[in-house]
Amino acid sequence: MRGYLKTTLAFLRNTWRGLTSMRTALVLLFLLALASLPGALIPQRSLNISEVNRYFAEYPTLAPILDKLGAFEVFSSVWFASIYVLLFISLIGCLLPRCFEYYKQWRSKPVRTPRNLSRMPHHEQATLDTSVDEVMAGTRSRLRGWRMVEREEDGGAKSISAERGFLREIGNLVFHFALVGLLLSVAGGKLYGYEGQVIVVADGSEFCNSGTYNYDSFRAGLTVDGTQLSPFCVRVNGFDIDYERNGQVGDYRVDLQYQSGEDLENNTWQPYLLQVNHPLRTAGDRIYLTGNGYAPRFTVTFPDGQQRTDVIQWQPADPMTMLSQGATKFDPPGVLDDAQRRQNQLAITGLFAPTAAFDGAILSSSFPDLLDPAAAVDVMRGDLGLDSGRGQSIFGVDQSMVDQGRLQRVARENLRVGEEIRLDDGTTVRFDGVERWANLQVSHDPFQPWVLLFSVLIIFGISTSLMIKRRRVWVRAAPHPDQDGSGSARTVVEVGGLARTDQAGYGEEFTRLAADLLGTGVDHSPKSRAAAGPARERKS
Amino acid sequence: MPVNETLSTYSDMAYATSVVVYILAMLLYFAEFSRGRVGAVERNREAALVGGGGGDATSAPVVGHVPAPEKRPFSERLGGMAVAMTLLGAVVHFASLLLRGLATGRVPWGNMYEFGSAICLAAVVAWLVVLYRQTRTARRAATSPQLRGLGGFLMLPVILLLFLSGTVLYAQAAPLIPALQSYWIVIHVAAAIIASGVLLFAGVASLLYLVRCRYENNPLKMTKVGSRLPTSQALDRVAYRATVIIFPVWTFAIVAGAIWAEAAWGRFWGWDPKETCSFIAWVVYAAYLHARATAGWRGVRAAWINILGLAVMIFNLFFINIVVAGLHSYAGL
Ligand code: HEM
Repeated sequence: MRGYLKTTLAFLRNTWRGLTSMRTALVLLFLLALASLPGALIPQRSLNISEVNRYFAEYPTLAPILDKLGAFEVFSSVWFASIYVLLFISLIGCLLPRCFEYYKQWRSKPVRTPRNLSRMPHHEQATLDTSVDEVMAGTRSRLRGWRMVEREEDGGAKSISAERGFLREIGNLVFHFALVGLLLSVAGGKLYGYEGQVIVVADGSEFCNSGTYNYDSFRAGLTVDGTQLSPFCVRVNGFDIDYERNGQVGDYRVDLQYQSGEDLENNTWQPYLLQVNHPLRTAGDRIYLTGNGYAPRFTVTFPDGQQRTDVIQWQPADPMTMLSQGATKFDPPGVLDDAQRRQNQLAITGLFAPTAAFDGAILSSSFPDLLDPAAAVDVMRGDLGLDSGRGQSIFGVDQSMVDQGRLQRVARENLRVGEEIRLDDGTTVRFDGVERWANLQVSHDPFQPWVLLFSVLIIFGISTSLMIKRRRVWVRAAPHPDQDGSGSARTVVEVGGLARTDQAGYGEEFTRLAADLLGTGVDHSPKSRAAAGPARERKS
Repeated sequence: MPVNETLSTYSDMAYATSVVVYILAMLLYFAEFSRGRVGAVERNREAALVGGGGGDATSAPVVGHVPAPEKRPFSERLGGMAVAMTLLGAVVHFASLLLRGLATGRVPWGNMYEFGSAICLAAVVAWLVVLYRQTRTARRAATSPQLRGLGGFLMLPVILLLFLSGTVLYAQAAPLIPALQSYWIVIHVAAAIIASGVLLFAGVASLLYLVRCRYENNPLKMTKVGSRLPTSQALDRVAYRATVIIFPVWTFAIVAGAIWAEAAWGRFWGWDPKETCSFIAWVVYAAYLHARATAGWRGVRAAWINILGLAVMIFNLFFINIVVAGLHSYAGL
C-alpha cells in the first residue's frame, strides 16, 4: 500500500516537473501556434458563416470531417482550450517557484568574490599606485546603483561583489503574471459580457437597453440572464452615408441622441454623432454601427377610407448594391372578428432598389446609395399566419400560408416613390418613400479595462525583461607583493564579470567599467579617474 | 484632400531610383563578399596587433625609405561603397515615402504597396544601425566581428519585396478610406512596419547563421559561402539582439491593433485571420526567446524558430492580406 502511494506520488511529482519544465513550455507554445493555424486558414463560423457554407459546398466530403474536429470553431474547441489551459498551468507552476527563488536571491547578499577571478568570462587586471582603501572607495562610487557588498580577505586584500539588473527578473515575472491576468480578464469578459444587435429605423425611432427582448439577436455571457442590462436609451434621428465610386461604404454619420443615468429620470437627451472609429460609450456599454439598410414606407388606404402607414426594415440581399427584400405587413383596420381579419390581412413583399436598374420589368439595383429608388412589390392578401403561434421572419411571409392557399398574391407592380396600386377591392397601396435604418451593436464587457491594464503590463514587463541584463562584477584589490620602499602604495586590482543571462552586449559595458576602474582607456567620469589613479602596468 | 499628382510622380521616381541604388549596393556587397574580405581583414588585424599598440605600422616615423602608405584592399573599398550606396538608397527610399505622404496628406502606409515599401525601409535602416554600431564598437575594441558580409543577403529579399510591391501590389496615390482615418493608423501600423522590417533582418541573420554553422561543423560543407560569412557567434548575436529589441515593439503593435479594433470593429479581439496570424507569429517569437533559455535549443534550433517566425510574418503580410477574406482585406492592393 505504501509502495503504491509512493509510486503514485512519484508519478505525480514527475508529471508536475515535466509539465513545468521549460521544454514543455516550448512544446506547448508550438502547439498553440500550430493549433491557431486552422483558425486563420479555414473560415470560422463566428466570423463569416457564408464562407463556411461555401466551404461545405466546395468540399462536401472534407468539410463534415473538419466540422467534427471543430475546425470551423477553432477558438472555442476543446483541443484549443486544452492546449492553453495546459500552457497556463505550466506557466503558473513555473512562476511560483521562481518567485520564491527570486525573493531569496533578492534578500541574500551578492555572492563572495571567486578566488580565481581570471576564470570569469570577463577579466582584467592592473597595478595601480594607490592604496587598497582608495581603490575600494573609487570602486564604490563607480558602482553606485549596484547592489554591493564589501568583504575583507586574507593578506590585507579587499573585494567588492556587485550585482545589477534585478529588474530583469521582476520584468519577466510581471510579464508572465500579466499573461495570466490577461487570460483571466478575457475569461471574465466571456462570463459577464453581452453583445446585442438591434435595427433602429433612422426616423427618430428609439431603442432602450431594458431587456433582451428589445434586441434582434443577443449573445449573453455565461452569467448574464438579461435582467441587469446597463440602462440607457438611444434615439436615431438621422443617418448619412457616403459611398466610394466603387460602391464601398466610405464614411457614415449617425445622428443619435441618448440618455443614461440621471438623464433617464429627467428624460433629457444628449446628442451624439456616431461615426467610424467613434463608438458611443455610455453607461458602461459601447454602441457601434455595424450595418445599415433601407426601410420603404408604404401607405395602405382601405376601401372605407382608413389609412395605415408603416416603415419596416428590409434586408439587404446584396451588400454591394443594397438591393433589399422584405415584407411590410398590415392588419385591416376596425375589423374585430378574428376570422374576417385573417382573410384580409395584407403584406407588401418584394424587392427594393436604392438605384433602380430595370432589365425588362425585372428590378435590380446598380448602386448602394439612394439615387433613384424603386420597389418591385407583390401584394399578398389573406391570412399572414401571425396568430399561428409560430414565429416568422419580419423579412418575409409565412410560406406555408401561401402553399395552403390562405395567402394569395393580388397584385404585382414596379413602383417609384409616390406611385400607387389599386387592388380589386378598391384598396390602394402607395409607395411613399424610404428611410434608412441602422444596425446598432451594443457591447458590454466590464473586464475591458483589465484587459488593457494587463496588456500594458505585458509590454512593460517584456521590455524590462529583455532590455535589462542581469550581471555581476567583482573587484579585488590586494597590496602589491613587492611594495617599493618609497612609501607610496601599490595595489593589484582585478576585475571580473559575469552576465547571468544571455550575454549579448555585456562585454561593452564591462570593458567600460574595467577601463574606469583600472584607469585604462578613455575615461569619462572625473571622479573615477581621480580614484583609480594612473595605470602603470597592465596585463589582460 | 485631393492628391497632388506631381509629388506622387516624384515619389514613384524616387521609389524606382532607390530600387536601382539598392541593386547596385547588393552587387557591391556580393563583390566584396566573393573576394573573401573577412579573411583579409583578420590577417590585417593580426598584423596590426603584432605591430603593437593598435597603431598603424606605417604611421611610425621611419628614417630613410618611406614606404608608400598601404592602400585599403580593393575588396574593402567595394564594401565601403556598398554601405554608401545603401545609405544613399535609404535616403532616396525615405524621400519616396515622404513624397507620397505629402502627395496624399496622410501617413504613407495606407495600402499594401506603401506598407511593403515601408517595411523594406525599416529593414534597411535596421541594417545601417547595426553597421553604425559595429563601426563604433570596432573602434573601441578590435575584437568586433565584421558583419558586412551580411549585406548582400539582406538586400536580396529587400529588393525582391520592393519589386513585388512596386509592380504587382502597386497602388495609385489616393486618400485613405474613412475607416482607416484614425490616429491609430500612425501608431499601430508604424509599430507593425518597424517590427516587420527588423524581424526580416533578424530572420536573414538567423538563416546565415545556419549556413555558417554547417560550415563551422564541417568546413567541407557550404565552403564557398560559409567561409566568408561572419562567425556563427556574431550572426547569432545580431539575430538575437534584433529580435529581442523588436519583440516588445511587435507586442505593442498587436496591443495597439486591439485597441483600434475595439473602437472600429466593436471588439478588441475577434480572431480575424490577420489577428490570428499575428498572434501565431508572436507565439513563435516567444518560443524563440524561450528556446534561448532552454538547454539543447539554444543554437541551431532557436535559429530555425526565428526563421519560422519570419515565415509566419511573410505569410501574414501576403497570404492573409490577399487571399483570405477578413477585416484587414480593405487595406487594399
Ligand atoms: C503563455 C505562455 C508563455 C508565453 C507567451 C511566454 C513568453 C515569454 C517570453 C516572450 C519570454 C522572454 C522574456 C525573456 O527572455 O526574459 C519568456 C521568458 C521566460 N519564460 Fe515564458 N512564456 C510563457 C510560458 C512560460 C512557461 C510555461 C514557463 C515555465 C516553464 C516559462 C518560463 C520562462 C522563463 C524561465 C523565461 C526567462 C528566460 C530568460 O531568462 O531568457 N514561460 N517567456
